[in-house]
Amino acid sequence: MALRKTVVVLAVLALAVLPGVPGPGAASAVPGPGVPDLESVAKRLAAPATQEAAILALREVGDPSVGTLLRALKDGALYRWKGRLVILGDDGALKDLAGQPIVDDRGQPVSPAEGQEAIALEERLFGLVQNLLERLEVFSLDRQARQSAAFKLGNSRDLSAIPVLAKALDREADRQVKGAIQEALNRLSLSSPDAAVRARAAQFLGQAWFESSLAQLRIMAEQDEDAEAKQAARAAVRRIEVFLTWRNLTGYLFNGVSLGAVLLIMSLGLAVTFGLMGIINMAHGEMLMLGSYTAYVVQEIFASRYAAHQDYFFLVALPLSFLAAGLVGLALESGIIRFLYGRPLETLIVTWGIGMIFQQSARLYFGDQTSVNSPSWFRGGVEVMRGLIFPWSRIFIVGLSLVALAALYLLLQRSYAGLRVRAVMQNRGMASCLGVSTRKIDALTFALGTALAGVAGCALALIGTVDPEVGKTYIVDAFMVVVLGGVGKLLGAVVASFGIGVSNKILEPSIGGTAAAIYAKVAILALVIWFLQWRPTGFFPAKGRAAEGA
Amino acid sequence: MTQGHSRREFLKASALGIAGAGIAGGLSFPAILRAQEKGPIKVGVLHSLSGTMAISEAPIKEIVLMAIDEVNKAGGVLGRKVEALVEDPASNWDLFAEKSKKLLLQDKVATVFGCWTSVSRKSVLPVFEKNNGLLFYPVQYEGEECSKNVIYTGATINQQATPGIDYLMSPEGGNRKKFYLLGSDYVYPRTTNKILRLYLTKVKKVPESAIAEEYTPFHHQDYQTIVGKIKSFSAAGDAAVINTINGDSNVPFFKELANQGVTADRTPTMSSSFAEVERQPLDVKPLVGHLASWNYFMSLKTPENLKWVKAYKEWAKQHGIADKQAVTDDPMMHAYIHVKLWAKAVAKAESTEVDRVLKALEGLEIPSPVGKYKVDEKNHHTWKPVYIGKIRADGQFDIVWKTKSWVRPAPWSDVTYPGRDCDWSGGGKGSYDMVGGKRVWLSEKQ
Amino acid sequence: MVPPLGRRSWDAQLLWLGLFGIVFVVVLPLANALGFLSDYYLNLFGKYLSLAILALGMDLIWGYTGILSLGQAIFFGVGAYSIGMHMMLEGSGKGVYGEPVPDFMIWNQVYQLPIFWKPYKYFVFALGSSVLLPAALAALVGFLTFRRRLRGTYFAILTQAIAFAVWLMLNRNEMKLGGTNGLTDFKSILGFSLGQPATLRALYIFTAAALVGAFLVSRWLVRSKTGLVLQAVRDNERRLEFLGYNVASYKIFVFAVSGALAGLSGLLYAPQVGIITPSQVGVLPSLEIVIWVAFGGRGTLWGALLGAISINWLRSVLTATYPSLWPIILGGLFVTVILFFPQGLVGLANKLRSLGKRKRTFLTTARVTPASSKVEGHPL
Repeated sequence: MALRKTVVVLAVLALAVLPGVPGPGAASAVPGPGVPDLESVAKRLAAPATQEAAILALREVGDPSVGTLLRALKDGALYRWKGRLVILGDDGALKDLAGQPIVDDRGQPVSPAEGQEAIALEERLFGLVQNLLERLEVFSLDRQARQSAAFKLGNSRDLSAIPVLAKALDREADRQVKGAIQEALNRLSLSSPDAAVRARAAQFLGQAWFESSLAQLRIMAEQDEDAEAKQAARAAVRRIEVFLTWRNLTGYLFNGVSLGAVLLIMSLGLAVTFGLMGIINMAHGEMLMLGSYTAYVVQEIFASRYAAHQDYFFLVALPLSFLAAGLVGLALESGIIRFLYGRPLETLIVTWGIGMIFQQSARLYFGDQTSVNSPSWFRGGVEVMRGLIFPWSRIFIVGLSLVALAALYLLLQRSYAGLRVRAVMQNRGMASCLGVSTRKIDALTFALGTALAGVAGCALALIGTVDPEVGKTYIVDAFMVVVLGGVGKLLGAVVASFGIGVSNKILEPSIGGTAAAIYAKVAILALVIWFLQWRPTGFFPAKGRAAEGA
Repeated sequence: MTQGHSRREFLKASALGIAGAGIAGGLSFPAILRAQEKGPIKVGVLHSLSGTMAISEAPIKEIVLMAIDEVNKAGGVLGRKVEALVEDPASNWDLFAEKSKKLLLQDKVATVFGCWTSVSRKSVLPVFEKNNGLLFYPVQYEGEECSKNVIYTGATINQQATPGIDYLMSPEGGNRKKFYLLGSDYVYPRTTNKILRLYLTKVKKVPESAIAEEYTPFHHQDYQTIVGKIKSFSAAGDAAVINTINGDSNVPFFKELANQGVTADRTPTMSSSFAEVERQPLDVKPLVGHLASWNYFMSLKTPENLKWVKAYKEWAKQHGIADKQAVTDDPMMHAYIHVKLWAKAVAKAESTEVDRVLKALEGLEIPSPVGKYKVDEKNHHTWKPVYIGKIRADGQFDIVWKTKSWVRPAPWSDVTYPGRDCDWSGGGKGSYDMVGGKRVWLSEKQ
Repeated sequence: MVPPLGRRSWDAQLLWLGLFGIVFVVVLPLANALGFLSDYYLNLFGKYLSLAILALGMDLIWGYTGILSLGQAIFFGVGAYSIGMHMMLEGSGKGVYGEPVPDFMIWNQVYQLPIFWKPYKYFVFALGSSVLLPAALAALVGFLTFRRRLRGTYFAILTQAIAFAVWLMLNRNEMKLGGTNGLTDFKSILGFSLGQPATLRALYIFTAAALVGAFLVSRWLVRSKTGLVLQAVRDNERRLEFLGYNVASYKIFVFAVSGALAGLSGLLYAPQVGIITPSQVGVLPSLEIVIWVAFGGRGTLWGALLGAISINWLRSVLTATYPSLWPIILGGLFVTVILFFPQGLVGLANKLRSLGKRKRTFLTTARVTPASSKVEGHPL
């Protein structure tokens, strides 16, 4: 028996070390029982004397057709009826062993009232059957189920699963699932009694950077009796560890960039209202919230009216949130804030009050149970390295923040409108004398700032919560970014947000303890405070007269 | 110190002292009726309707009001109507303390239904103990507390968290060997994880190295790094996350899990503060297969539950809550039977006086949507069944495991404090240690 | 507390203060002792009055000197935590666990009293720590910032960042200060049980007296020569620098005084409210203090007092009567008051009074009260 197993393993490995190139002889290389005769298997299962042996015999059968039978046995749905073995379906009708409904003389499905006798499964065999059923999942029609079943088997350290996996590998067409099966096969082979098999498996796992086997490989590198296998395991561990270091670094960097993008997109609007105009808008966070809720409302409308095109809601929501927050900003500016120019503190209090009103109104109207669900294109992510996934939603936010930045830059620095905006902000009186309508420019610039906040809110809804407090979460960070960057400078905001983002995310994993996230944040705050000591006006201070206004 | 006087005095004082009172227009403290035998019985409802906990607590307020409405429709208590005084402590623990003072000292309520987080309970506890109030607390909690003035209907650790671990370590649960304990940074997760760590190492013989622990503040939004850590931790596929995150932080956490490809079959999450209400707003697809351990699930197919869920849906419709949002969950169920328990106890005691009601509550049984509930004869906690549910594609929980019968409440966990228990019946004085076969009351230790 | 009646006529303000003192220090506790005012309301007033001290400190730096600190709640927190720690130690052993350390340490698996807790066993130390420590901290922050000419918006944002960082840290249980829960379940102070109405009454009287005292000190300060310099800093810091004043020292001094007042406020707040948590020590509470002052009337001591008391009172009322609408009403109030009554309640009162005066006596020249002095238009 042991010899046969070894043969199997070797054959499998021959396949496995050549990933993606299943040899033509693969099928014949897998021996073992052919497709079993269901009737005879069922008979043996039904007889108490042969039940255990029959189940054990199925262990190496890699055939999904016995799945229905086994499940019925486990669920107590296997019956002896009129001398034959039948399965009681969920609908109460009898089915034959292949799952086909049994019909009576009149062609009606049979629902037995009496005469059936349940086949009992011995209590102690329950786990075994459960195990077998899980094993058969590798033949499931669902891709995800196959993959996770393969993974589970790889974890089981049950060598008898090897033939089943080998068979599954043979049938598999999906590249990813194939990879998962190979991973499982080789992980199992690590426990093989044959040192050469172990060594080869270790080598394979190391080559392909399978992190899942690291713990097992580490033990093997310490304890394996065979020198060669030990060596192979050691090499594999080293290889995987180096890979992990690089992977983690990439991951941290991406996390940092992604946090930086989040910071950038939420502070861009503030860079306009606070940086350019000098208005301390404490309701900035609520403008962001407005964007999030716009996304939510659009999502709900799509869900009830255009459910078939649900995914496209986001395309509508993004510009709408820009408009909605922009319009509200326009109204705020012309209704309230313009009476407070030159009085930054009063503005602070008034906008704080406005924020409170917005927050509570949102709570009263929407309740707290709201959330924006990403369109299906944003689900999951792209696997850039084995086990490292960049979520699409975060990639999108990085992209969006850069686009928004570029657009804002072009608008302010390269367009006629932007020229007028800058003129008004730098020398209001002079601009006014030269015929620029400062009133209009003020209103539109403020609206632009809030509109950007709206876009940020819409985008951030993809990764965070949509709730009335969402603005408060971000407001302090946003102010920090603008101050650190230097008031009135777009470039400053960019440097500050990516600087804070990346250093935070590099720092976070290197801090131990149970609260790395907080310590990293505090450390960054301390750094910023220290930096402002040294350069009170940020990275890129405004020069000349404008600097006096702040 | 009659109330009629105090109000007048207060208004006088305000008029004298506070020029700003005029701004308030017609506002003043709610009318305080002299506690008359014929007037309604006042009860307090102390749940956050704003702030980070509103997501969980606002529905509880609704269900409490519904239960009170039902009690009133059935003729009230002792022939009097029950009047609910709703206060909003705004997820602010200090405000919880102030509001409980107001309810007890000023409004003289007969009882208070309230609190969710252990923080809030801990902050009102001194107020209730000093003034001999009565608090019904509906949420699962960490134990290690046994106040005379509180009836704890939610689960203790042995009625929720440890069964969850047992399940994860069983073959059905996937024989999990490593555990990542992730929670919000406050009493409940800290204490729960302290106990779970002991339970895992002492009882389940899990090595310390196979346990990781991490805490995030309330309303934390950025779970990138933590999910990355979880991924590495569970790379071998034999780990599970024990999630005690509270409130809205669950949303970004589960979103991040899904986005980074951490699926339930590889790394299941067992949550103990994440029920139907918190699940409802989330897109269910990435959540399918994750687990939760509770004493009640909305999907339970008992006739009582179906009836109750229907009644709540109707209530919600009348009160402008969207049908989609009208879901029921474990703490809501507890909050609902609170009111019924209290009403039954008052009827039994023929009084609303706290000590008599407490006496009447001892061993009191009450029908609930999951069958019969019982208040323990001694320790002010309740007996209840435990269920483990797996999130289905329709957003409801599929019950994958349940206890055979109801489970005894153990406010003091056996792993942390063997031999410690609690008794308020008869001459009981709360928590005690058994020392040489004799009870030594903790309150008399020093 | 006899009002100084014999002073010159322009000291009407002192007369008001005396009246205020009599009502709050003597009449209310008396009414409470005789059973006319419930313990709950007396306690609530105690809380408002302690917060009024905090507002006074804020008014000194912001209203008079033009320094906007968005981290004032930190100093308040230091005061409240100091006395809180003392009270926790006094009550240790009486908690749920019956252990000799405060309860929250047990669930954080700390069984030995941390070293920095030890001196708080002594009441005098706690007292000193709650007033002097915030003053010292404020001086340090001031030293680091004002000498670097960090001012205006930058100073505001910087203090906001400090407040945020402190809040984040205080929320950590590793700080051994109770985490999110903060410190609660105080049993007694100096041996007097906090459950006794008499103790609370005494605390209330202390608070009211301290408020009157703080008011007098602040009044003296703003009327002194130093006070004039401070106001000059507010109105034109640069010119003052050119005149050779060491502006930074003045600013550090007044910032330290406001820190001490904030600490005093915390000291009186914690025992009366019975709980102190990080939620009182963050950015939001700091901002709220600014709003009290603005609402009451910036640059007038009465304004700070009225703002703090009235807004806190309003909050108590509104969270009970309109639990779901109160943030809207409060927010609306901020907007209305600032837009239509930029000088706050005091400005409103002055306007009404001067209207009345003009009708009655226009022989005496309308005196410009400090409140209506220039508030608009100057930088932060």
